Amino acid sequence: MSKSREDGAKKDQSMVIQKEMIANHYKRLERVPETREPVVYTFVPGNLTELVRSFGALPVLPEINALQSGMRKKSGDYIAEAERHGHSEDVCTYVKCDIGMIKAGNIGPTGTRLPKPDLLLLSYTGCYTFMKWFELLREEYDCPTVFFHVPYQGDGILEPEHREYMVRQLHEEVIPALEKATGNSYDEDRLKEYLALSARSEDDLVAVLQSAKQRPSPIDAYFGAVYYVGPIFSAFRGTQEGVNYYKALRQEVEARAAAGLGPVAPSGPMGEEKYRLVVEGPPNWTHFREFWQMFADEGACVVASTYTKVGGTYDFGFRHDPADPLGTQADYCGGCYTNINLPGRIDMLVDYLKAYEADGFVINSVKSCNSFSAGQLMMLREVEKRTGIPGAFIESDLVDPRYFSAANIKNRLESYLQMIDARRAGLSA
Amino acid sequence: MSRASIAQWAKELYEDLDFSVVRRWRENNPGRKAIGYLPVYAPREILHACGCLPVGIHGGGDRLEIIKGDAFYQSYICHLPRSVIELGQSGRLDMLSGVLFPSTCDVIRNLSGMWKLLYPEHYVRYIDVPQVADPRIATDFWAGELRRLLSDLGELSGHVPGEEELRASLALYNDLRQAIRELYAARSEAPWTVPSEELYLLLRAGELIPPEEFLAKIREYLAAARAEPGRMRDNSRVIVVGSFCEQPPLGLIKTIERAGCYIVDDDFILGNRFLVEDVPLEGDPIEGLAAAFIQSAVKSSVVYEPDPEGKRTLLKAQVEAARADGVIFAAASFCDPALLDRPMLKDGAEKAGIPCIAFKFSENSGQFQQFREQAGTFSDSIKLWGGV
Ligand code: SF4
Ligand code: SF4
Repeated sequence: MSKSREDGAKKDQSMVIQKEMIANHYKRLERVPETREPVVYTFVPGNLTELVRSFGALPVLPEINALQSGMRKKSGDYIAEAERHGHSEDVCTYVKCDIGMIKAGNIGPTGTRLPKPDLLLLSYTGCYTFMKWFELLREEYDCPTVFFHVPYQGDGILEPEHREYMVRQLHEEVIPALEKATGNSYDEDRLKEYLALSARSEDDLVAVLQSAKQRPSPIDAYFGAVYYVGPIFSAFRGTQEGVNYYKALRQEVEARAAAGLGPVAPSGPMGEEKYRLVVEGPPNWTHFREFWQMFADEGACVVASTYTKVGGTYDFGFRHDPADPLGTQADYCGGCYTNINLPGRIDMLVDYLKAYEADGFVINSVKSCNSFSAGQLMMLREVEKRTGIPGAFIESDLVDPRYFSAANIKNRLESYLQMIDARRAGLSA
Repeated sequence: MSRASIAQWAKELYEDLDFSVVRRWRENNPGRKAIGYLPVYAPREILHACGCLPVGIHGGGDRLEIIKGDAFYQSYICHLPRSVIELGQSGRLDMLSGVLFPSTCDVIRNLSGMWKLLYPEHYVRYIDVPQVADPRIATDFWAGELRRLLSDLGELSGHVPGEEELRASLALYNDLRQAIRELYAARSEAPWTVPSEELYLLLRAGELIPPEEFLAKIREYLAAARAEPGRMRDNSRVIVVGSFCEQPPLGLIKTIERAGCYIVDDDFILGNRFLVEDVPLEGDPIEGLAAAFIQSAVKSSVVYEPDPEGKRTLLKAQVEAARADGVIFAAASFCDPALLDRPMLKDGAEKAGIPCIAFKFSENSGQFQQFREQAGTFSDSIKLWGGV
C-alpha cells in the first residue's frame, strides 16, 4: 500500500492488521519446505477458504499474485515471458502473468518463493478461463487437480438441483481430494467454527460497503474497497485475524462517517465529494494509484462497485451459514458476481445507482476478461435506459501495462463528469 | 446428383443468410418450432424428439456486413457474437422460437443473458455441460439438465415425446454421426475426392435442415464421391485444430488445400460429432444420452481434461489416427478456449516430433495471401524434410 495513503490515514489499525496478516501468511508459505504445511491453489470467485483451512492447508490465489505483480510493475515482463512461451497476445493477462511469474522463479508478492501446490482446487465459478488456467498450471506442477463445477445462473437463480450437484461434488470429490492432499480428515465441527467467523466478517464488510450510502461517503467503494475485500476474497475468510480486521475496519469507517469525513485517496484525504459514481468491471492494477487519483482529483467518489462482489456477494443478504456447512458454500459460489447472468448484473447496477443515490456510472472494460467484458456495452445501454442516467465506458486491462492509456481515460472521465455537471444544470434550470 | 451439384446445393444454403430453407420448413410444418443453438455442443436429439428443427447459428462469416453488431462488442472480443447479434438485429433469426447457448466460453455464456433481454419472446437456455470428473455425478447432473430441456421444449412445442420417440431421435442421430464419420473417413482416405471445401459446405447445410435430410445427403454425396474419384496431388496431410466455434471463412479452407495441404481431420462444426460413441438405445433414453456425453464426448477445449497427460498426448493420437504429417492451429482471434489450449497442445505435438504452424483468423477475413504463404511453406517443408 502506498506511503502517502498510509500517512493520510494515520496508519489505521485495520491497515496494520491487514499488513501483518498478509505478511504472516506469506511467511508461512515461505516456510512450507520446512513446515510441510499443505498448500492448495484456488481462485477468488468460488474460493472455499474455510473448507481448505479446515484441513490445515494454506490457500494460494493466483489472481492475487497476478494483481500484486501488476501493482509492483512486474506484470509486463511476466506477460512477455509467457508470450515467449507461446501464449497468445489475445488471452487473459492474469493467466499469462501467473505463468510468466512461475517461469521466472515463482517469486510472490513479498519477494519470496511461493511453494508448489499440493492440490489445485479448480473452483469453476463464473469464468471459463479458470479451467484452462489450472490445466496450464497442472503442466507446470504435475500435481493433483480437483474440479468443482459451479453451474452458472443462466436463468438468474441458483436452481435447487444445481445446489445439490455442488454439495454432492463437495462430499464426493472435493473433500476426498483435500483429505488425500493434506493427509487430514474432514472435520465438520472445525468447518462450522470457521463459517461462523466468516459470517461475522461478512456482517462487518457489508456495514463498511453500505456506509457509502451516507453523504459524503466515508469510503471509496471501488478503489478503496479493493483493499477492504482483499482479506475476505483471499486467504482470510473464516479466520480470527479476518474477524479482527473487519471489526477494526468497521469501527474506523463508522468513525469517519460520524465525523463527516470522506475517503483517503493515494495522495491524501479526498476533498469535497462532487460526484457519486457506481463502477462496473475490475480495476487496472498496473496504474492503480494513477487511475484512482484521476477520480479523486475530480472529487469523484465511487459509492458502489460490482468488482467488490466478485469473490462473494454479501450485500443482498447472503452470509455463510454454519448450520449447513456444505450447502452454504454452494450458495456462496453460485452468487459470486461473475456467476450471475447479464440481466442480474444489470439489476444490481440499477439497484446500486438508486440505493446509493449515484450521479452516474462508469464501466471499466478490461481487455483480458470475457467473463466481465462480453456484454458490457449492452449493460451500459440497459442501465441508461432503466435509470435515465447516462454512463461512461472506459477501456484498459488488468495487468498488461500496454493497455493503459492515461490520457484517454482521463479525457473520457473528465468529459463524462462535465456531462454530469451539464445534466445537473439542466435539471435545476 | 453429382458431387458438384450436391456441393452447389450446400453452398446455396450456406450463403443464404435469410435462412430460407428454415423458413420454408416452418411454412411446410405449421405449428412446429425451429430452435437455434450456438456452438459447440447442443443435445439436438431432444429438439428433434420434441418435433422442433434444430438450427445451428454460426454467424454470418464473410457474407454479412456488421452494422449493429459492433455496437455490442468491444474490439477485443471475437467476431462470432457480433455477427450473431447482427443476424438477430436484422430480423434474420425471427423464424426461431428459442436459442440454446452451450457453455463453450464466457462470450457465448454472456450472450445468453443478452439474448434474454433482446428477445424476450424467445426461449433462451444456457446449456451448462458437465465438467466434473466423477462420471456418476456428471451423468446425474447432465441427465437432470436434459430432462429440464425436454420438459421446457415439450411445453414450448406442445409435444412431449414418449420414450419411443426419444429413442427414435437418438437412433437417427447415431446414424447421422456414423455417416459424418464415414464422410471424414472418406476424406482422410482420398482427400482429392472429398475436398474439404465440399465436406465443409455439406456440414454447414446440415446445420439448417432436418437430420433425416442431412443423413440422406451425406449418403448421396458419398455415393457420388465413390463414383467420381478425383485426381491425387502431391500434397501434405494436415489436421486443422482450433476452429470449433467461430468458423473460418470458406476461402481459408480452400486456401489451405490449394496451398498444398490436404486437410485430413479438423474440428469445424465440432458439435455434430461431439459424441464419439453411439448413444445406447436400451434403457432410459435421457440417461443414455447423458451417459454417452460423459463417456464419449470428443476431447476439446470446451470440456475439462481430467487426465494430466490428456492435452500432451491428444494431437499425437489425432495425427496418427488421421495419418497426418502436421498440424495447423487455426483459431479465431480472441478465442480464449482455442488460444489457451494451444500452448499445451502444441507442446505435446512438438515433443512428439509433429510439425505445427499457427495462425489466427476472423470469420470475415478476406485476405488469404498470408495464410497461403504459410500453408504453402509448411507443406513444402513437410515434403522436403518431413517437418519444419
Ligand atoms: S478471464 Fe476474467 S475472471 Fe477469468 S481469470 Fe481472467 S480476469 Fe479472471
Ligand atoms: S470464438 Fe472462441 S471466444 Fe468466441 S465465442 Fe467462440 S469459443 Fe468463445
